[in-house]
Formats: sequence, structure tokens, C-alpha cells
Amino acid sequence: MTENTQIAVDVRDAIKRYGDFTALHRISLGIRDNEFFTLLGPSGCGKTTLLRMIAGFEDVTEGAIFLYGEEIEDLPPHQRPVNTVFQNYALFPHMSVLENVSFGLEMRGASKADARTRAGEMLELVQLTQFASRKPSQLSGGQQQRVALARALAPSPKVLLLDEPLSALDLKLRKAMQIELKHIQRETGITFIFVTHDQEEALTMSDRIAVMSAGEMQQLGDPRDIYETPRNMFVADFIGDTNLLDVSVEGIAAGRATCKLSGGHRLTCDAVDGVNAGAKVHLSVRPERLFLSDQPTAAESLQGTVVENIFIGTDISTIVDVPGGQHFTVRTSNSDRGNKRILDPGTTAYVNMEPGAARLLVD
Amino acid sequence: MSAKTDVKNYTGFRTLTFVCLFILYAPLVVVTIYSFNASPSITVWEGFSLRWYGDVFTGPESGKFKAAAINSFSIALIAATLATIIATSAATAIVRGGIFKTRTLSLGLISLPLMVPEIVLAVATLIFFNAVGFTRGYMTILVAHIAFCIPFAYLPIQARMQGIEDTYEQAAMDLYATKAQAFRRVLLPLMMPGIISGFLLAFIVSLDDFIITNFVKGAGVETLPTAIFGSVKQGLKPNIMAISTMLLALSIVMVTLSYVVSKTDNTK
Repeated sequence: MTENTQIAVDVRDAIKRYGDFTALHRISLGIRDNEFFTLLGPSGCGKTTLLRMIAGFEDVTEGAIFLYGEEIEDLPPHQRPVNTVFQNYALFPHMSVLENVSFGLEMRGASKADARTRAGEMLELVQLTQFASRKPSQLSGGQQQRVALARALAPSPKVLLLDEPLSALDLKLRKAMQIELKHIQRETGITFIFVTHDQEEALTMSDRIAVMSAGEMQQLGDPRDIYETPRNMFVADFIGDTNLLDVSVEGIAAGRATCKLSGGHRLTCDAVDGVNAGAKVHLSVRPERLFLSDQPTAAESLQGTVVENIFIGTDISTIVDVPGGQHFTVRTSNSDRGNKRILDPGTTAYVNMEPGAARLLVD
Repeated sequence: MSAKTDVKNYTGFRTLTFVCLFILYAPLVVVTIYSFNASPSITVWEGFSLRWYGDVFTGPESGKFKAAAINSFSIALIAATLATIIATSAATAIVRGGIFKTRTLSLGLISLPLMVPEIVLAVATLIFFNAVGFTRGYMTILVAHIAFCIPFAYLPIQARMQGIEDTYEQAAMDLYATKAQAFRRVLLPLMMPGIISGFLLAFIVSLDDFIITNFVKGAGVETLPTAIFGSVKQGLKPNIMAISTMLLALSIVMVTLSYVVSKTDNTK
């Protein structure tokens, strides 16, 4: 992080408790100005709670939240210059699309005429100008979603909060909206904080991602970091597909750890701080960083038996049993380029690893 | 639904239905028909006439009925209005007040008067007015009506409000509306069908009330039901049937209106 990067939202040691239940355990994170920031995690991980704390719908039990240097955790929602796109959109059903979009501007004291003009511009941004006089119930889900976005953007918030806004849309529309959202974020230059449980969505859209689980932040980084160098088991497992293997560390030399699989096979990978010889740890390898061969290609090639080939469109996923009761999933690109090797079930195959593909993880 | 379990196929279903409908509606039909009778008799039909409707407005008892109607309608209007305001506030507090310890108790206390025998309420109200030293008259009727109309106004308002998700108010507050603005601009318009429905129900219940009114009214102050009852005691005349038919028509209109309004969706 460069010194002059401005912090938009600074969450400092925020704790949220409901009675005896702790929803958030001392979260600290800084969301940068003008970034597309995603809070990612399974349901119940506290991501929505954190978003609602920033919006002002939930009290902060302990800790503080700063918005561009101003402490806001005690302000009521209407005094915080942030706007929210709600999961179910929460469009006012008794108002027209235009009235919905100009609501925030009018509440901020804009004259009705000014508010309507600005609302018209926002509808243009989301390409809904011709629907201005309709009621929300007369729009499709995707159109309602765009109205919700226009309504939240109209008062030019300092930060836009998005609470799983795409979860109700079908896959095609969701993909199109992901691109449109990202585009609008760039165009407006507003900091977006996006909540989702969909890791693919998070990887596609975000500048940075905070992976959360059980009220704690597991890892903070850009999509590549999170995918390629997961910090723990949870992140490796939650983001994308991975092969997780139980291994014991036999020795560490020159920054490389020698690990033994349960079947007796040995692999070497980069050592990790805090993991010493004798430790029982896990090894994570992404399926697309493995390849199959019918002959060993290196000393570490692992012999096994092909169980099944699963066709998934762009790729073919092959499950290979190896001695010791473990199995690998290997992804092979479904193209004629490169060294494509599809082996029939029942045949002997060698699992090979790209250099640096395996990563040691502590629980 | 399979034919065997369809209740329409039970033995005697049709007969029972018609008996029930007959018992419920035959008296009303008879009263309505005989209100158009030309004869002063209430049992012998002598031809169609609007004579008794004229009698209600110009006949010997018209002054009494007019005063009673003015009392009835003014009391119903004021009582229904105030009861609706109180019921709206109560519904807002109970539905939107979060989970508070006395929530179930509050809900019970508000709807209990619907279950208590009216005669008990009437006696209790009378004793209360005597205890605090109120002179019986127009005001005592009004105060009593406001009180017993509240649960009637409350129920449709609460039902409507429970169907309104609280994210609408959150969205309003997120868009810089204060709590009061969120209530006025978002919650209140969405609740309006329930409020109107509650008002109409309270209005008709007030207009129709006899027992409590009879207990708490002062001498010489009559509402339509008590005036009709007084008149009937001196002999049943067809003008009573005419008044009853007019009240019946009004009730049907208002109850229908209340139903239609409660079903309207101002979101479409």
C-alpha cells in the first residue's frame, strides 16, 4: 500500500455481539478510496452484519468505524453519506421509478426539479429512462436491480454498499450485471463495498477481497493472492476447487519442505513459517495446476489409477486414486492445444505437479 | 381435491347450507321487503310504496330520528377517527417496536375487548364514569365509543403492517430520511389501505352499538340504535323497517368498502 492511498472506510477493532453470541470478533480493515472491495464468505460469517454496521442499521458493540477520517459508528443511518443496494432491492412500491431514484436527493434537501433532473441522469446511466413512470412491480428482476442501483447512486454517496444484489438474478443476467457494476464503479469513481457468498463473483469483480468465516477475517488480498496463496485451509477450500491432502513434514532444507503423503509418497514444496519437521499439515494443489501422463515425467510423479472423467464444458475433470486412500482431481483444458492427456478409467496414470503449485497449509 | 374428501359431497351438505343461510338472511329479507309495504301493518302486504321512507324524514317521529342520526354519525365519525389514530400508533409500536417484553401482553390487552361480553364492558364503563364523576350524556357515549372501537380499528392495521417488510424504512433512512420522514413518506402510504379499512370498521361498529351506548347515555341523548329501540317498545311500525333497511344498506356499503380497500394494493 502506498503512503498516499486514502482510506475510505476504516474499521477498527469492531466487535458485534448479540447477547452471548459474537457475530464479529474484533475486525479491523481499511477499504481504500475508489476500490471495488468485496466481503466474501458463507452465510452466517458476519459479512452482512459488517456491511449493516457501516450503513448504520446495526450498532457496533465495541470498536470504531471511520469514513474518510470521520468517526461514524454513532451516527444514525440518515446522517451517513453512504447508500445501500439491498438484497431484495427494497424499492418503494408506491412510488414510480423516478420518484424512487429522486427520493434520496429530495431528503437531502434538493429541490424537486433538481432531484428529478439528477434522477433522470441516473436512469440514463442504468439505461432505464423509458421506465421512469412505471411502478417497481411492473419491472423485471434485473430492471428492479438497476433501479435500486440508480437510487443508491443518485445522492452521490461517498461509499456504496451492496448486499448480495445479484443473488436473485439468473446466471446469464448475473454475469452481465457483474460487468455492468464493475463498469459503473469505474465510471463513477465511488468506493464499492460488495457482499457476496459467491467466490467466482468475488474473483471476477473485486480489486480486493476480504474472506470471512465465523465472524473472523480469514484473509485480505487481491483476487490473485487469495486464489493462489490462500493463507489457511478455509480460504483454500472456499475459494475455487482444490486438492487438500493430509501430509506430515519430514524435513525442511533450504526453504523447501519434504512432505510425506499417507501412501508413503514424498513431495517437496515451499516451506511456510511456523511449520517444522514432524508437523501434521495439509497440502493444497489447484486441479488446473496438475497434469496427467501415462509415464512418469519427474521423480515426484505420483502413480495412481483413473477413476472417472467428468466433462464440464471448458475443462475435463479427472479423478485419480493414489495409494494411501487419497485421490486427486486433475483439470485438463478441453482444447487441442498443449499436452492434453485424457486417460480412460481403470488405466494407470501419473499425476504431475507444476513447480510451485503445492502449498502448505496449517488448520 | 379428490371427490371423496370434497366436503360438498357429504350427505346433507347442501341442505345444511341452505338452512343456515335461510336462518341468517330471511329476517333481513323480510324487513327489507316490508319496508316498502304500503300498509301500516307489518305483516300484511298491500303493495309497493315508499311511504315509510317518507315517514322517517317527515313523520311524527322524524325529529327524534334526526337528532339521533346526528348524534350517531358525529359520534361514529369522531370515535372512528380517534380510535384509528390510536390504533395506528399502537400497531406501529407493537409491530415495529422490536422485541420487547410486554409485546404479547400489549397485543392481548388491545384485542381482549373483542372477546369480553359487551354487557360486562358496558357495566364496567358505566361504573367507571360514575366513579370519576362524569355526567352521562353525549361525551360519555363518545369516550366509550372511542375506547371500544380501538381493537376493531387495530386488527386490519396490524395485519397490513405485518405484511410490510422493514427494509422499506431502512432504505428510506439509508436515503437520508429521518425516522419521522421514513414513517410519513414510506410506511404510512403503504399502511393506508389497512388504516382506511380499520376506520370504516370502527365507524360501522360505533354506528351500530346499542348495549354500551344504552348504559352510558344520558337521559334525552339518543343514538339511532337506542332511538329505534325506544320506538319499537311503543309498538312495531313499518318506519322502523325503513330505518333498518337504510342502516343495513349503509353497513353493506361500508363493510364492502372496508374489504375492498384492505385488498387494494397501492403498489401496482
